[in-house]
Amino acid sequence: MMKKLLLGDFAVARGAWEAGVTVAAAYPGTPSTEITEELARYDDVYSEWSPNEKVALEVGIGASIRGARTIVSMKHVGLNVACDPLFTASYTGVNGGLVIAVADDPSVFSSQNEQDTRLTAVSAKVPVLEPSDSEEAKEFTKLAFELSEQYDTPVILRLTTRVAHSQSLVELGERTEPVLKGYERNISKYVMMPANARVKHGVVEARMQKLEKDSDSFAINRIEEGSKELGIICSGGVYQYVKEALPHASILKLGMVYPLPFGQIEKFAKSVKRCVVAEELAPHIETLVRAHGIQVEGKNIFPLCGEFSANLIRRCVLGETNEIASANVPARPPVLCAGCPHRGVFYVLSKLKLNVLGDIGCYTLGAVPPLGSMDAVVCMGASIGMTIGFDKADPEAHKHSVAVIGDSTFIHSGITGLIDAVYNRSKITVIILDNRTTGMTGHQNHPATGKTIKNEPTYELDLAEVCHAVGVPNVRTVDPGDLAALEIAVKEELEKEEVSVIIAKKPCALLTKKLYNGFRVNDRCKKCRACLKLGCPAIVNGKDGITIDVSLCTECGLCKSVCKFGAIDGEVK
Amino acid sequence: MDILIVGVGGQGTLLASRVLGRYALENGFDVKLSEVHGMAQRGGSVMTYVRIGEKIASPIIDEGGADFILAFEKLEALRYAHFLKPNGKILYSTQEIMPMPVVTGVAEYPREIETKLCGKGIDALQLAMEAGNAKAANSVMLGALCKELGFDREKFQQALLASIPQKTVEMNRRAFALGYEAA
Repeated sequence: MMKKLLLGDFAVARGAWEAGVTVAAAYPGTPSTEITEELARYDDVYSEWSPNEKVALEVGIGASIRGARTIVSMKHVGLNVACDPLFTASYTGVNGGLVIAVADDPSVFSSQNEQDTRLTAVSAKVPVLEPSDSEEAKEFTKLAFELSEQYDTPVILRLTTRVAHSQSLVELGERTEPVLKGYERNISKYVMMPANARVKHGVVEARMQKLEKDSDSFAINRIEEGSKELGIICSGGVYQYVKEALPHASILKLGMVYPLPFGQIEKFAKSVKRCVVAEELAPHIETLVRAHGIQVEGKNIFPLCGEFSANLIRRCVLGETNEIASANVPARPPVLCAGCPHRGVFYVLSKLKLNVLGDIGCYTLGAVPPLGSMDAVVCMGASIGMTIGFDKADPEAHKHSVAVIGDSTFIHSGITGLIDAVYNRSKITVIILDNRTTGMTGHQNHPATGKTIKNEPTYELDLAEVCHAVGVPNVRTVDPGDLAALEIAVKEELEKEEVSVIIAKKPCALLTKKLYNGFRVNDRCKKCRACLKLGCPAIVNGKDGITIDVSLCTECGLCKSVCKFGAIDGEVK
Repeated sequence: MDILIVGVGGQGTLLASRVLGRYALENGFDVKLSEVHGMAQRGGSVMTYVRIGEKIASPIIDEGGADFILAFEKLEALRYAHFLKPNGKILYSTQEIMPMPVVTGVAEYPREIETKLCGKGIDALQLAMEAGNAKAANSVMLGALCKELGFDREKFQQALLASIPQKTVEMNRRAFALGYEAA
């Protein structure tokens, strides 16, 4: 058997492949993106970037009903988008196994909130498996397909950032020969209208009760006997911290975190003097265990926010004081990259002092000083709806507010907002930041790049045509590297008493793999600091005056165009 | 051995951890790596964990738990210095990248970082440019790390060259050698 060092996400992909998956769908989202990127490398799996998570899950449900083993992947907030199909797919159940890999982000490394997928799963009545490293990520994925088919339910595979984005050793297995199961029309199972749904709700409740009972004997819920003084109930990545911090404690490691094996939990709690539930984020296990009448410690000693570590476990369980003071140094928040095409847009918006309703993507960093031009960011696609809200609440707002939204985010869920704007006679201006890729998650294709997930050519969605088609009267495309033209475009469109869309089109700076020489500052520099307002990480204000870090500069030319003294040498290519 | 790799998003900390992982694996050890993707990779402060041993549980390293820190930027070296064990070592690039609060003037880049760090500084940016391009600074640092940790030079270099695009192999080989000799 071959062992390989694999990212947790890659291990999920490998597990899906070994389980005989033939269909995979996803919308990119950190830390889940690499599951589907990896699956796209297998020729014998159909994989796609869907426009959003709802569509991805609907593709998954269809493929499952037709008989294929199917995996759908997303981040925690993506599951919100996919909740509508999820809650009813729980009722229809499956034909081919259906696994939904959902990656949570404790400590909010790259998300807009810190929600806990396990709570959504409880509402949807869908079982949840939670692996603790890459080996389990692969094995649990395979098991999830078996459970899905055996119990006629979608199964959620819950990951967290530390499992999805850690690498550990995995033993590779062979692929189970994929089977396309037979399909027969079954109206009472798959057509969820009231008469059928009423019946199905009872079926779902019975399924979860049976699964709860059966889970007492599941091998993935296991007791590791240690000291009788202290017992820890844990799952997922937290298990690894517990092993490290409390090597002598007894452990009940839960592989399935919903429903819970109460028989085993009861036995375990009785066998130790002190029983503690260690879980990141919500007190999900703790609440259910307490409701079952079993006394445990939990969030009375552990935090509700942020990820855990071995030190934190020692601190909370043993009362150790092990915090070490760090040096007091300036923070280094993320910034728009040198050469980022979004920089010009935010420079102009900042200069014009506009209200900016933002969206989810790299360009959320337009909120960071010195650009600092953003008023609100909530979720994918929200910029357009929120701008309509500004407009409807304040008759003057449309003259000084804009929505900014990325190309991929616009396709994900901005189009419906734009239809609302036109339909309800709003006067808003929308700027689509078209950098020709899904940037933040690491450059995935989308419908407007004209390439599929496998980089094969396909129909290229024309964003301007979409805007025309939904009835936007003013649509124009500008180069965000041309600050003067951009400023004129924004001012003109704000003046109009109808919907306008400005498409600021320039590829992401990271897409060009060129090696640059970088610009140089000459002795005409008057230290007026105008260039510093760009917030470009390549422009350095150091002891020797203003210089350019040639290791970062991509020769985009923005600094040259804001310098009134011709103090920057270099040619914009 | 627990190694923390720190730097500024985009400097190549992910590549460095993967090279270390590959090398450790080839030498028969258990390895766990933990990475940061997404927003923090956009010019923010980043850290990547590399844990090598007989059997590793947690993929992350706690404060006071690192045997070695490889820092691609001087301020980042200082930011994470408290992750070192009392007898741990730090190897840092003397490159300074100004964080945005310094650029906008609300904070100052700390002075005399060298005196606060017990470790070795390498002018990786200068050496990388000598090797052909500033982007090769991470290979310079890996060359220096290889010597500091007493790794097998040939095998470790091979792990690096197998992890990068073919057309940059020669430049990175030069950068690795310059780093190795500078350490």
